[in-house]
Amino acid sequence: MTANALTQRVRVKTMMPPGHIRTPAYVRGKVGEIERTLGPFGNPEQLVYGIDAERLPLLRVRFTMAEVWGDAAERPSDTLDAEIYAHWLEEVD
Amino acid sequence: MLHDHHDHDHLSPSGHPYRADNDVPLTYWQTMEIAVRELLIEKGVSTAAEIAGQIDAMDRRSPADGAQVVARAWTDPAFKDRLLADASEASREMGFDIGTLRLIAVENTVDVHNVIVCTLCSCYPRNLLGMAPDWYKSREYRSRTVKEPRKVLSEFGVVLPDHIQVRVHDSTADMRYIVLPERPAGTDGWDTEALADLVTRDSMIGTSVLSTVT
Repeated sequence: MTANALTQRVRVKTMMPPGHIRTPAYVRGKVGEIERTLGPFGNPEQLVYGIDAERLPLLRVRFTMAEVWGDAAERPSDTLDAEIYAHWLEEVD
Repeated sequence: MLHDHHDHDHLSPSGHPYRADNDVPLTYWQTMEIAVRELLIEKGVSTAAEIAGQIDAMDRRSPADGAQVVARAWTDPAFKDRLLADASEASREMGFDIGTLRLIAVENTVDVHNVIVCTLCSCYPRNLLGMAPDWYKSREYRSRTVKEPRKVLSEFGVVLPDHIQVRVHDSTADMRYIVLPERPAGTDGWDTEALADLVTRDSMIGTSVLSTVT
């Protein structure tokens, strides 16, 4: 997904690749809103191995606690922001 | 005999246990660090004095640096706007040598309380605030803050009213965070130096709020 294609609402992909991953497992599959767009920065999954890193947009995505934790949320309307690299995000209709 | 030993054999005069000597072999990573450091010196890339100087420079950084940034934001609305737009540039503007730190400031208001955590490791704005407290790096703080932030905050003595929204920021990638706490009531007319003295490390992590000054 390119920065231009990003809509306001995005879903974190559910993939589980091995390696140095900066996308926490607890937000995979969750839908949030883009809070701001940063970067482009080198993809840490490549940087960690010392290979040429693709430069990617880094998105701050804001999730509600209801979305992340479901019925177990301490306060559904509180929020959680995380920085997610663009290749981990897909558009939500 | 200076004092009675019979049931205090393992305690120091202050009543605490003696810490064991670290007479153990180096770990893999300690050996690696020494090897790389010696190579850098041998190859002329760096000098021992430069490396010691960098350690000293890091040790000199402290929450007092962040406190000055906060106090300036409280007293200078234009600076606050620049801080919220780009906290790295605003910190450099004040003369802080923060290196490559990419900083975001998040503002506490009457309706919003922010708290910072790094679930994946222990990312912390060291170049502005100095070393992170040990608890910030603990698995308990890292795992619980994203799941039950209000409970964690209450254990720090921060009980938030229901109308306040909690925003947790998980420092997962390139950015580091500082909370801009609310200016305490009772400080009208104070200068930035006096205000900076009120700002605590934990208030900039979001695990404390600053009390009204009476």
